Amino acid sequence: MSAKHEDPTVVPSGNGNGGEGELYGYLAEYDTPGELKEAARKVKDAGYTEFDCYSPFPVHGIDPAMGIKRTILPLLIFGGGFSGAAGGLLLQWYCNAHAWTWNISGKPTWSIPANIPIAYECAILLSVFTAFFGMWILNKLPQVWHPLFRSDRFLRTTDDGFFLAIDARDRRFDAAKTRSLLQDAGAIAIEDVHHDPDPEKKVMPKWITAFIVASTAFALIPFAIAAKARNSYSPEPHIHIFPDMDFQPYNKSDTTNALFDDGRANRGEVPGTVARNHLQADTTFYNGLEMTGEQGTTTAKWVTGFPAKYPEEGRPFAVDQALLDRGRNRYEIYCSPCHGYDGRGQGMIPTRVAAGGGNWQARNLVEAPQANGAGGVAIQMPNGQLFNTISNGYNTMMGYAAQIPHADRWAIIAYVRALQRAQNASLDDVPADQRGSIR
Amino acid sequence: MATEASFEPGKAREHFRAITRDVSWVAEAPKPHKLWLAALGIAVLAFGWGLVSIFHLVTTGIGVWGNSNTVDWAWDITNFVWWIGIGHAGTLISAVLYLTRQHWRVSINRAAEAMTIFAVMCAGLFPLLHTGRPWFAWWMIPHPNDMGSMWPQFRSPLMWDVFAVSTYATTSILFWYMGLVPDLATFRDRCALQGKKVRSVIYGVLSLGWRGSARHWHRYERAYLILAGLATPLVFSVHSVVSFDFATSQLPGWHTTIFPPYFVAGAIFSGFAMVLTLMLPLRYLFNLQHIITQAHVHAMCRIMLATGMMVGLAYGTEFFIAWYSGNAFELFTFRSRAFGPFWWAYFAMVSCNVLVPQFFWSNWVRNNNVLIWILCIFINIGMWFERFVIIATSLSRSFLPSAWSYYHPTKWDVGLFVGTIGLFSMLFLLFFRFVPVIAMSEVKGASPEAHAGGKEGGHH
Repeated sequence: MSAKHEDPTVVPSGNGNGGEGELYGYLAEYDTPGELKEAARKVKDAGYTEFDCYSPFPVHGIDPAMGIKRTILPLLIFGGGFSGAAGGLLLQWYCNAHAWTWNISGKPTWSIPANIPIAYECAILLSVFTAFFGMWILNKLPQVWHPLFRSDRFLRTTDDGFFLAIDARDRRFDAAKTRSLLQDAGAIAIEDVHHDPDPEKKVMPKWITAFIVASTAFALIPFAIAAKARNSYSPEPHIHIFPDMDFQPYNKSDTTNALFDDGRANRGEVPGTVARNHLQADTTFYNGLEMTGEQGTTTAKWVTGFPAKYPEEGRPFAVDQALLDRGRNRYEIYCSPCHGYDGRGQGMIPTRVAAGGGNWQARNLVEAPQANGAGGVAIQMPNGQLFNTISNGYNTMMGYAAQIPHADRWAIIAYVRALQRAQNASLDDVPADQRGSIR
Repeated sequence: MATEASFEPGKAREHFRAITRDVSWVAEAPKPHKLWLAALGIAVLAFGWGLVSIFHLVTTGIGVWGNSNTVDWAWDITNFVWWIGIGHAGTLISAVLYLTRQHWRVSINRAAEAMTIFAVMCAGLFPLLHTGRPWFAWWMIPHPNDMGSMWPQFRSPLMWDVFAVSTYATTSILFWYMGLVPDLATFRDRCALQGKKVRSVIYGVLSLGWRGSARHWHRYERAYLILAGLATPLVFSVHSVVSFDFATSQLPGWHTTIFPPYFVAGAIFSGFAMVLTLMLPLRYLFNLQHIITQAHVHAMCRIMLATGMMVGLAYGTEFFIAWYSGNAFELFTFRSRAFGPFWWAYFAMVSCNVLVPQFFWSNWVRNNNVLIWILCIFINIGMWFERFVIIATSLSRSFLPSAWSYYHPTKWDVGLFVGTIGLFSMLFLLFFRFVPVIAMSEVKGASPEAHAGGKEGGHH
């Protein structure tokens, strides 16, 4: 259809600049995408290779008409995606399973399922980069200095123009024949396009090169600084861009402070004073010790019974069910992990030590002494010594003074005494009317 | 597929010229519309308020927010999920509808993609600021360091989030920019022909010297198709990963397998509501009704109807499973969701997200642009409440009754949220004025005139 247009508007020597400069080639305009496609087919069939079509949108079916080979881009993108997935997995393996292993509830340090999401995102990211940058690189863009841009007519290619340009470097290029080929294909205008006579403008403008070089060099500066810092020594402290709470106006302990006469930052207790609740004059309650003798010649021995009262509250100390319940509660929290619920020293920790092939046991608190007095250490200890053991530790056991208040230590002692009794009991210890229920 | 069409000589080119002119007009009009200026002014003010809120937050600490030890995720994460969900409609329009050959997408994909990028920018602010010390955000990037080989924990969903959201932002920007290049070249050439030197150079640098070569188009189309193919699984993965932040925890109301599809459907739902919220006034303002036609509005209304019902189904399923699982904690959580202290938020969520879209069954509603716009505002509100309900109700009523509490936002929560709305609106309004708002080359390629000429009975 509409094959016969008016004679094409031939612009004899292009660009309105008198046609100076080397000839780049012919630029022919066509009315419709369909006609451009047909012209492209004719040009290709005539044996031309150095030609290209230009249109505001991709013209359907023009690739076979021009003989464009399928791009290799999809393959490259696959490669990018594959390296992304592999690189993502490698990164996670290196970080979490090699350089710094995380033990979280004993889960394996390296397991694929939890690493899928990030490997997946990395695959997509690298595919996208390959697609985006690969496309521009294969298209040899950006290139803002193409000779065709010198033609005002060509600028309509992004609006409504359909163009075909044949490069003068094509071996079949012939001033007359090529022109008539384009004309016969139904061109509505044909124009000569010339390179810029200034050879400087034929290639990438210098200022663009300069900009790229300068910005690349500039971008490398931080890396250079980091590299230098890693390979050099400096006595200066780090630069604190964000100070956070790193610097606070207080004195650390055992440092100097010129404000005080003794030059010490530490301030001791004021002579003649006792801090609230720190008097602890009742040695029985607070230390498990019984003092005898006059002041200056006192001797101390372990208490065998229980304190008479709670010194802070003043109420009398009673060994009753409430005390035993409290003692049991505290015992099971603080003591049972090592000594076991029954006091035989078989708590969870010795059990796990044994499971790991180790040989360590907690003290058996309920072991009865033999006839010659050997063994049964805990049973033979006076209450005061048990109290001291809980407070300050014994052998490998640490002291629990920080965790267990004084009153609770006495409650635990009461419960341990009950355990010792119960674990070494015979049927005669059970009230007669209850013997039937435990047989 | 359009058949070979007959056009009078010059007619096809006239059509293409008209498209270029009508779209370029938006950017070329010597004076911007008064309403546009007013909207920009309001947006800048709101953004300013946001900046003040950020300054106060960063210099003081996140204690200025209403977050507490119990409700430790609150408006910040609500807003994050809300914004990122809005972004998803842009990718859906540009990638999923491209792969499924929905040609109507060409009129709105550019603006929808821009919306995606701006929404992701707003979304990214919230987790960044929620860290409390945003200047340490770079610790999330694995890098050799002198802190005893401190590496990120890659098995944490929060780390997945970092990778998913940053990949998504990068992909969206590259995809959008690639689509923009031919249209930026159109602007460049128009400016050159009109003698606007400075603009022509700026658009010229941005359009990378694009000259519409068929050999370039060939690779370009391949790359575009593959990017669409990559963006599609990406968009589903992103909101799935966002939902993992919740689903992999052990909190009743969060620990469910329904979350990924439920979140993705909600994201698309809210995203389309936002597209219409933006496009309905702007297409009127810039006279683009013949390019973004009522048929496009209809299509988007139908998508909202469908995804709105998916979201409704998810609400119902959650309740059913809470009862069917026999898990006392789960059941309690859902009871307290609907009838507990935040009942009003649940009520707002259900009415906005389940009841409001039912209007779109009616053809009359789908033709009434003012009503559609109002309904879309309600959907935006409803989807915000959905995220708030999920976060606040579960956290405020967790396992330990002694830890129960209520949540009140402070003025700094409000300030930051309003600030991101301002930032988003500001960027979108600027985009509308300075960037080709409609993918001209795609609209031209999708019109019947693109098949003009050629031989009678020509092959395809």
